Amino acid sequence: MKRIITVTVINQSGVLNRVTGLLMKRQFNIESITVGHTEQPQISKMTFVVNVEDEQKLEQLLKQLQKQVDVLKVNDITEKSIVVRELALVKVVAPPTVRAEINSIVEPFRAATIDTGKNVVTYQVTGNPEKIDAFIDLLKPYGIKDLTRTGVTAFVRETQKVHTPQLSIL
Amino acid sequence: MKMTVEETEQMYEEPEASAAPKQLDGADVLIETLKKHQVEVVFGYPGGAVLPIYDALHKNPIRHILARHEQGAIHAAEGYARVSGKVGVVIATSGPGATNVVTGIADAMMDSIPLVVFTGQVATTVIGTDAFQEADIISITQPITKHNYQVKDVADLPRIVNEAFHIASTGRPGPVVVDIPKNMATGIFSPTDETTGEVNLPGYQPTTTPNFLQIQKAANAISTAKQPLILAGAGVLFAKASDQLVELAEKYQIPVTNTLLGLGTIEGNHPLFIGMAGMHGTYTANMAIQTCDLLINVGARFDDRLTGNLAHFAPNAKVIHIDIDPAEIGKNVPTEIPIVADAKEALLALLEQNAPNGNTAAWLESLQINQKEYPLFYEASEEKGLLPQQVVELIHEYTNGDAVVTTDVGQHQMWAAQYYKFNHPHNWVTSGGLGTMGFGFPAAIGAQLAKPEAKVVSIVGDAGFQMTLQELSLLQEMRIPVKIVILNNQALGMVRQWQETFHGERYSHSLIPVQPDFVKLAAAYDLKGYKIESYEDAKVQLKEALESDEPVLIDCRVVQKEKVYPMVVPGTALHEMIGVKPE
Repeated sequence: MKRIITVTVINQSGVLNRVTGLLMKRQFNIESITVGHTEQPQISKMTFVVNVEDEQKLEQLLKQLQKQVDVLKVNDITEKSIVVRELALVKVVAPPTVRAEINSIVEPFRAATIDTGKNVVTYQVTGNPEKIDAFIDLLKPYGIKDLTRTGVTAFVRETQKVHTPQLSIL
Repeated sequence: MKMTVEETEQMYEEPEASAAPKQLDGADVLIETLKKHQVEVVFGYPGGAVLPIYDALHKNPIRHILARHEQGAIHAAEGYARVSGKVGVVIATSGPGATNVVTGIADAMMDSIPLVVFTGQVATTVIGTDAFQEADIISITQPITKHNYQVKDVADLPRIVNEAFHIASTGRPGPVVVDIPKNMATGIFSPTDETTGEVNLPGYQPTTTPNFLQIQKAANAISTAKQPLILAGAGVLFAKASDQLVELAEKYQIPVTNTLLGLGTIEGNHPLFIGMAGMHGTYTANMAIQTCDLLINVGARFDDRLTGNLAHFAPNAKVIHIDIDPAEIGKNVPTEIPIVADAKEALLALLEQNAPNGNTAAWLESLQINQKEYPLFYEASEEKGLLPQQVVELIHEYTNGDAVVTTDVGQHQMWAAQYYKFNHPHNWVTSGGLGTMGFGFPAAIGAQLAKPEAKVVSIVGDAGFQMTLQELSLLQEMRIPVKIVILNNQALGMVRQWQETFHGERYSHSLIPVQPDFVKLAAAYDLKGYKIESYEDAKVQLKEALESDEPVLIDCRVVQKEKVYPMVVPGTALHEMIGVKPE
């Protein structure tokens, strides 16, 4: 199962290495990871998407992360009411003849054109990963020249609708 | 671990009032901080990158034990830490010095031994340039340390050292590496308000007090259980909770089994003790696990060598797991009553509950029947030759069960665990989790330094001993009266046993017919050596050797083909163990 996990860490050199090294040591596969400062410069937040087999493995992952000295807080926010965002830059083959057509496809995604060449246009699209998948699928037939995705970053919403079960002793 | 500003200033005060205050460098500050932590002995080996630290040691001595290989130094520190309960301190230089302590660090991590390891490093100005004797020890040791640090500012040194000791010795103990670039050791330390050395670890707050509701649940479960069993691990020893454990067992008449590392938590001859559990545990202990209705795990981590096939482990048991490390609870075995706490606090809280006693008489009786029916056994005869089990039994007899015993890993380790019955806790020093050959002998040196009055016996195999025998120099130099008993079967015994059992008796590179003359080897290091080949000789010579006040080396030529039994074959469950009775 895919889980979105946020980890608040002390912003020290090597802390990213510690967290990813731990996941490798314990055989967890990271699908994506994003890191950045929080409102406090000494504290960073990582958001990563991992695939875990079952609840027991998940609990292990959270506990092992929590054990790290530089880790302040670990949250599995998958079941919570959250805002998930990812950004992608997509370079598409778009000769003038089909450019209007592509633009009309892109429009509902509220993607921005950020660079234009003679035959190539680069779009920037933001949203949850599914939206970005759909965007890429739609542009594929035109020929994607280059593609880069940032990975997921996420936030817990202010108001929580659903109660989430707490794992045993975290 | 808090230091006030005044204390820090006192610490760095210059004694001579007239002269201008002498400037301290990082190395001086390091030694001063070690003194503040009451470090009495450090184990190490000098080299280029730690020259400033060794210079500070020279000016301001703490007892330093110069091992003959960094691996020897760190295993000695582990033995010291295990027996004394204090933090073991190691100093190694950069590059090869640092990589030579990697095995010991991994060993300490697996067995939760508190160590602070200082490694030298090339100057910060050249880190990353593949400088002479540079190794990225921070990355190398990251997965095998509880935490590690590289000093990047001299002003941080006192804080980092204080934090390293705090992390190593609290919660679940473990090794902490502090990597000190040479220019940090020589850099001038100018104390400021920011350099008070105060520990600041918001992300590290181990839980030591048990949850009251869980304690109540556990107490209820204990008083209603018909077939309860205590599994005591090394966590009991780290918490110094042996007395409380025995009190609980006696109060509720609960039988006790041990993990390999937990041996000594309860007296080996205690009527409630049913022997070690696991791969080479007693039949009684393993069957007790499989049939108990309540398993009370105190400070053990359900290691695979203990549990056998997890799917069939303790099928009828409700599990109470007391552990200071929350990540161990539920890792391998589903747990009904988790208690994250220091073992002593949890046991005291349980005793305080004063729950009514259940009736375990029938259960104890059934275990006694098993003990009678399926004792540990070996078949001795004069033609066969000297058996390793006999040697261990004699060592037990001649030391009255009071000795500190250290081992490597393998057959000799299992025989020592099976046949040496400890009267006291903290006397058993073995490499459990990592299973490190070459651990036992240097560990015995550390153990002897921690307990100068104790009889320290290092039971080792012929192969493991040859991995770290260079430390014989230390016995020679300091007359450390360690007794080395080699159970010499001219083979990698456990490897040979597995090849015999699981690989069609194809002894691939496990037999070592060519051996050094260990008596001559001992003589080369100015030690008394013995070679014992029969049980009759053993009774005389072993006694003499063990009673000596001098270091001795005893080469016991034992039967090569003797196997460790009983055994839980990997992949099978505990109740399926083989070799439980003579054929």
